[in-house]
Amino acid sequence: MTLQDFIALSPLLDLGVFSLVTMLSIACRRHHARIAILAFVSCLLTLATLPWAATAAPRAVTTLLVVDRHALLYMGLVLTATMVIIALSYRYLNFQFREKEGVEEYYVLLLLATFGGLVLTTAAHFVSFFLGFELLGLSLCSLIGYLRTRRHPLEAAVKYLLLSITASALLLFGLALLYFESGAMTFHGVGAIMKQAQSVPALWLGGLILVLVGIALKLGLAPFHMWIPDVYQGAPTPITTYIATVSKAAVVALLLRFATEVGVLELPPVVHLFSLLAVVSMVTGNVLALLQQNVKRLLAYSSIAHFGYVLVALLAGGLPAAEAVTFYVIVYCAMSLGAFGVVTVYSSEGGDKNRFEDYQGLFWTRPWLAAMLALSLLSLAGIPVTAGFIGKFYAIAAGVDAGLWWLVLALIGNSVVSLYYYLRLIVTLFDEEPAQATAPQGLPIQSRQTAGWTAAFSLGFVASIILILGLYPGPLMEVIRDSVSNLLMVAVQRP
Amino acid sequence: MVLWLLILIPILAAPFACMGQQWSRYAPRWIALSAMSVDFLLASFLGSQGHSLRASGHGVWLVESHVSWIPRWGISLHLGLDGLSVILILLTAFVGVVAIIASWTEIQTRVGLFHCNVLLALGGVIGVFLAIDLFLFFFFWELMLVPMYLLIIIWGHAQRRHASFKFFLFTQAGSLVLLVAIVALALLHQQATGRPSFDYADLMGLTLSSEMARWLMLAFLIGFLVKLPALPFHTWLPDTYTEAPTGATIILAGILGKTGAYGLLRFTVPMFPEAISDIAPFVMGLGTLSILYGAILACAQTDIKRLVAYSSMSHMGFILLGAFAGTELALQGTVMQMVAHGLSTGGLFLLAGALQERYQTREMGQMGGLWSVTPRLASMALFFACASLGLPGMANFIGEFLILFGSYAVQPFMIILASIGMVMAAIYSLGMMQRTFFGQQRDARMAPDLSNVAFGTLLFMAVLQIWLGLYPKIVLTTARPVMEQLVQSAVASPHPTPSPSGPLLSSHIGTSQGSAP
Repeated sequence: MTLQDFIALSPLLDLGVFSLVTMLSIACRRHHARIAILAFVSCLLTLATLPWAATAAPRAVTTLLVVDRHALLYMGLVLTATMVIIALSYRYLNFQFREKEGVEEYYVLLLLATFGGLVLTTAAHFVSFFLGFELLGLSLCSLIGYLRTRRHPLEAAVKYLLLSITASALLLFGLALLYFESGAMTFHGVGAIMKQAQSVPALWLGGLILVLVGIALKLGLAPFHMWIPDVYQGAPTPITTYIATVSKAAVVALLLRFATEVGVLELPPVVHLFSLLAVVSMVTGNVLALLQQNVKRLLAYSSIAHFGYVLVALLAGGLPAAEAVTFYVIVYCAMSLGAFGVVTVYSSEGGDKNRFEDYQGLFWTRPWLAAMLALSLLSLAGIPVTAGFIGKFYAIAAGVDAGLWWLVLALIGNSVVSLYYYLRLIVTLFDEEPAQATAPQGLPIQSRQTAGWTAAFSLGFVASIILILGLYPGPLMEVIRDSVSNLLMVAVQRP
Repeated sequence: MVLWLLILIPILAAPFACMGQQWSRYAPRWIALSAMSVDFLLASFLGSQGHSLRASGHGVWLVESHVSWIPRWGISLHLGLDGLSVILILLTAFVGVVAIIASWTEIQTRVGLFHCNVLLALGGVIGVFLAIDLFLFFFFWELMLVPMYLLIIIWGHAQRRHASFKFFLFTQAGSLVLLVAIVALALLHQQATGRPSFDYADLMGLTLSSEMARWLMLAFLIGFLVKLPALPFHTWLPDTYTEAPTGATIILAGILGKTGAYGLLRFTVPMFPEAISDIAPFVMGLGTLSILYGAILACAQTDIKRLVAYSSMSHMGFILLGAFAGTELALQGTVMQMVAHGLSTGGLFLLAGALQERYQTREMGQMGGLWSVTPRLASMALFFACASLGLPGMANFIGEFLILFGSYAVQPFMIILASIGMVMAAIYSLGMMQRTFFGQQRDARMAPDLSNVAFGTLLFMAVLQIWLGLYPKIVLTTARPVMEQLVQSAVASPHPTPSPSGPLLSSHIGTSQGSAP
């Protein structure tokens, strides 16, 4: 490895070292605020190495990893989202752990999960793929069960563990089949051999589909979505946010690279499978979301639908597809951070606030919090001025460009259905307040509470991202075009 | 930049209206009122820029503003103003003022937020009338939805939840179909020239295969018919109009419906002339059906606001009829009808709202004999009922007459049917007067008559009605160049227009060129 390799790899090295430093400093002395700040700074410093790494990109570091603009863009997304989540977590954990029983390991696990995410964004080889997948999944498993004295988180953790094992097993088997047929383990090598093959062998196709199912399980596409609502509801809310944003963004980054380098979308059976998954995801997610009375579950089902939209964009194939997917995922991360962030902030002030009733009349007691939630929901629904609109526009444009009329129509029909439940939650925010909200004199009324500056700052940041991307998406589009052209460029020197 | 001012004045005034509540209950009202008045003055200043406006047509904008926005997709912040936009912006500002005055006493809770939403909705509507980049158009088109939705859900009447959901879902479904068509057009432009573009002028010049044109036209049509609303897409209308607070109803009926009509005139008709000529009889049939259906249902209503809502739908049918008749006369009538309908329905809804505010009911069965109690209210109601039924001398008459007259040559049978709608308008309008203001007084309570402000506003609207009824030339000449262009662009239609429009247009160009130096 040369110096250039180290430069290209600096984000991974940086975060790895800082995870260790964080762990060691916990071993020295426990202090919640200090560790939280340390974790935050770790991410910030890792973020700062990205421009430096970009000077060496695109570059293949060993056969395992490729650092190019695509990877760096997703790294930036993953790290920014992690920072927001760390800022939101602090108060939440303080509330959940009144007795101050060791909460610090939470941040180490978070950093490790993010490290896994970074590996996934750069993975170009079955081994790094699997390692990143596992690192992310296992860290998340313990994070989901982190509130170890409660029932729901433990249940969710067990569910996620089973899912992770299933996904890994399918994935391993699929990768083994691919290796068996091609004898190569890099995405690029597999793709090259596949392109030479006259006809696609059945085992190959089976392996590919198993790998894609493993990815679909992680993304929570229907019909592999069963774990999503329970885990979303049961996990501590910051971790729900993490699963919805970082974990999915990293897997999408990997999926994009895998799909383009292996040339998955040139195989008709896979395209059909993906079209089916897209439609089923959109319909299942939206229809089941209509029935929910729990905000976290509602957002969970809506996330299933949103990844259906992402698939529609992905199926368009080629440059516009990769662009649309990347844009949508970035936008989706911002919206989810906003929506779950509000739930986190609100929940860290008096128990979990999941039910619709908790949000009744929130606009009149906590206008900023409610406005933030309404903004995120409008964005999820794809109403202009918000980033969600541009995201949906991009997905529709990609679909129309590729002539996927039926999928686009399904997307539209589903958007209208989804509006119904988003509106239902927004209406709840504007309802009259329930009677008990008027607390008797002397007791602190809810409206007196404030979100705390870290939470306020991070939510403000997310809100401005949603608005800026909604009003002036041009610069981000240019960045994405740049990164995507990098992804499709096969000229990366491979050792 | 002037055009941006038109949009930005209400939008930037909105947060101030919201904060103004802390100073005084009346601050938000005054802020909203002055913002809309300034807008009105600005628009009339632009409109009075003399003959240059009258010479403008499609692709020839009186004032234009062009800034790149999202270069990746060829989207730009492109605004343009011509005769049609001027008329509709003036209408928007005026009806907006009326809506604010109508809410003066009705809205007593969360006044700041109410006026904030009113201003945002109005800003969005003005944007719709100005945008000539289709993406920007869609942006504003959607922008006005959320504040309207909030107006209904927070300040609406008993069934507001149901009504606001219906409103939002219907209009959003229509909009998304429209969005796909817009995106498809932009991508077709990309196929043809190598770069995507959402610009009106670029897309107008696009040659489409006839099948593609038919599908896209259908999508545009559906998107706009939902907003208009015409027959199969109208089910959101009665609920929404009835349950919304008075101010919002006035905006909905007076302006929001016009955005649909504007879309038809600005985009659907000129962009797909061939496809339109195939489907025009069918759409005109929808218009006729809307007229009759709305009129029949209006006759059957006992709820005064519902009656006005259905009558509004009936009158919007004339707009649909005129827009697709393809003759210059009918098109001019359409513009006139848009203005007249905005004034007359605005007035009627204001009065219906005033009645509800006084008697806490909208059931006409419980009113009756109110002439002696509230003479001002009753006399104004009589006036606006007459205006709405198309009494000669009022603006509505000009609009409906021109539409019927202009399209008789095209579809004589439908026009005969549509004229029945005018007769029925007399029945339900007078029935409403009879049941509410004459006969036995059911409710013995004394109610205050119209306040001076509301009375003055209505009086002013009445004067406008009569003025436009006696001197419609001011609207007709302002809109004429645009309408001439519309007819020109539809030359391929099987109903070629009478030749006079040709020489007229050339003489116009001649005079404008003559006056230029």
